[in-house]
Amino acid sequence: MPVWMLMLAGAVSPFSMESWWFGALGISPALWMRVIYSLLLIAVVFLPLVSVIAMFSIWWERKVAGHMQSRLGPNRVGPIGILQSIADGLKLILKEDLVPRSADSWLFRLAPYLAFAPVFAAFLALPFGPEFTFEPRLSAGLFWVLAILSVEVMGVILAGWASNNKWSLFGAMREAGQMVSYEIPLGISILVGVMSAGTLNLVELGFIQGGGLHTWLVFQNPFTFLAFFCYFIASLASNKRAPFDLPESESELVAGFHTEYSGLRFSFFFFAEYAAMFIVGGIQAALFLGGWNDPFGLIGYYHQRFIADPSGIDHAGLMVLNVIAAAVFVLKALGIMFVQMWLRWTLPRPRIDQVLYVCIKVLLPMACVILLGAALWQLFVPRRPGLPWVDYSPWRFGDYGRDQALGALVTQVTLALVGVGMFAVLLGWVVYAAISGRNLKRRLTDPAPIPM
Amino acid sequence: MSGLLSQVGLHHYLILAAILFVCGLATMMLKRNAIGILMGVELILNAANVNLVAFNHYRHAAGAAGGIRLDGQVFAIFVIVLAAAEAAVALAIFLSFYNNFTTIDVERATQLKG
Amino acid sequence: MEDDAMMIFPLAQTIAQPPDAAASTGLFYLFAILAGASALGVVLSRNIVRTAVFLLFTLAGVAGLYFLLDAEFLAAVQLVVYAGGTLVLIIFGVMLTSKSPGIRYEPKIVEVAVAIGVSVVVAAALVMAIVRQFPAEPASIERHPTIAELGQVLLGDYLIPFELISVLLLVVMIGAAYLAKARRRGGK
Repeated sequence: MPVWMLMLAGAVSPFSMESWWFGALGISPALWMRVIYSLLLIAVVFLPLVSVIAMFSIWWERKVAGHMQSRLGPNRVGPIGILQSIADGLKLILKEDLVPRSADSWLFRLAPYLAFAPVFAAFLALPFGPEFTFEPRLSAGLFWVLAILSVEVMGVILAGWASNNKWSLFGAMREAGQMVSYEIPLGISILVGVMSAGTLNLVELGFIQGGGLHTWLVFQNPFTFLAFFCYFIASLASNKRAPFDLPESESELVAGFHTEYSGLRFSFFFFAEYAAMFIVGGIQAALFLGGWNDPFGLIGYYHQRFIADPSGIDHAGLMVLNVIAAAVFVLKALGIMFVQMWLRWTLPRPRIDQVLYVCIKVLLPMACVILLGAALWQLFVPRRPGLPWVDYSPWRFGDYGRDQALGALVTQVTLALVGVGMFAVLLGWVVYAAISGRNLKRRLTDPAPIPM
Repeated sequence: MSGLLSQVGLHHYLILAAILFVCGLATMMLKRNAIGILMGVELILNAANVNLVAFNHYRHAAGAAGGIRLDGQVFAIFVIVLAAAEAAVALAIFLSFYNNFTTIDVERATQLKG
Repeated sequence: MEDDAMMIFPLAQTIAQPPDAAASTGLFYLFAILAGASALGVVLSRNIVRTAVFLLFTLAGVAGLYFLLDAEFLAAVQLVVYAGGTLVLIIFGVMLTSKSPGIRYEPKIVEVAVAIGVSVVVAAALVMAIVRQFPAEPASIERHPTIAELGQVLLGDYLIPFELISVLLLVVMIGAAYLAKARRRGGK
């Protein structure tokens, strides 16, 4: 979806941040003011946000890759090489923009934008905070993000086709096959979470999970727990991340669909890939990992307190709360991105038929079984209703007994403990690797790294 | 015609749908590539969908409990599903045709027995 | 339920406000021109892949129109099924059935003449009928239908068509797989 759609969507439908600003000024905004406001928001917040996230994660990926391969990664531009992406960006902008003579030049030029614009538009519905959401009224927000991400594949296919190069074409066809097939398990595992929540609106999803760790949807029942992992695997494939990065596997296809691209157009593909990683991680965080909420439910609790009295809303408090919420959300998404990078530099790459086998014959039946199980669970295990949110404190465990939802409570707490245990093991592993890797790093930077 | 540039109403959507329909019709008549004809069919189905959704928006009946009847949208969903199914079968047929004749020019499809 | 939602969003009264008439008029023309112009592109373009790209833009424009018509679920379905699914399938078909990207099938002059004639006549008839039949009228919807209502209708009044269409999809899946398999057998 083109970028201007995002702008105009903002112009037509004021989101709650907007009414805040104008409410503080004490005026009701005219149309042109809202258009200018939305344009400003796009230019000042969204474009830099997407770029910064993409550039940071590109640097981060190289750093992670370096450390996993006993290298240092980028370390020359800025402290610990953090400005490397800016230097790379400058280099890419200054490079000659090549269009192969036998390429379909119109499509060749169009494809990078077709790949990037949907990813940008998907930020429209990502819930950064209770009020930090560009368009909170999308009642099908989650589905909308999925839909817009599925358009991205067109850019990749057209790039491969327009290059008129067999490596690119192979990459594009692999991408098409992979993307279309992995969208099914992806959608089904999302359905499991949505079924448990009862809403597709990303902001409502955030509110439902506002009561601490055990209300997060991943811990809702055993099937959402499984669907969480199912979603993660499918999202790797639909993002063409390793081990499913067949569309761009260097050993067979040079660089896959973007073999012929150089300069700025190439960087568009790069940006699109990393921004899509963030969005996929963000959806996972919003749907399964409690969105903007912290594990103790403090953000949900304070948000309810601040807005309890409609006449005396604590605006400053809400603003601070939203900023914290946005930080939590971004951290969760980045954490999922880190796992994606970790897998990329750990696992070998399967063949394309193996990739499709995994999707059609393993992941899809698994997702269907999970869906069925979740539906039955929903039917037979009564639980404490997450809606309405008013006067809703999940930590008052007595309420679960009153609603005959003790079974749900036990499941949720058990699963939460399992989840915390797994996370602790994971974290301990990473910390151990970081500590034990320090010796290695020091040795490599020595003038004579390996003693003879 | 003076009302055309004022507030958008039902007839605006209907005229757009008519344009889409005619474009789809022309595509079906002009293309000799079977896949091109398929795209023409998709255009026509989209025109029908725009009509259905626009009528649902502008001339719906009141549903139960103050709700809105959403029959138009439901029909549109069915049409989209059918269009996807139709495209899948049509492409399978085209591939089979291509395998026998090494072309998908519909004017070459003159034999009854492959 | 509605009131609770009001409590949650601090300034929900502005959220419930209908979109600006001028803005939605502007947006309508934007999407309509996008859809209409790309539909013309579909007709006029000679390269089949470019035709598919024009079709993509038409579909995106129509999805935008669905947004204006309060059918946001339908807009997302349009994007995910048409743009992300059917069109990818179509381009896949193009890749499998043409040997180079520049392959063309030119229509004959007579065909072009007939097509233009029929199109103009049909277009004129349709537009005249619409302008006579449907004078300008405002939307009669006061509030936006939600996705939950759509789900109720789909699994309530339309349950049997819904189930039938899922059976149909299964049949289509098997049929397409069979055709693809028959192709391989014929190739040997």
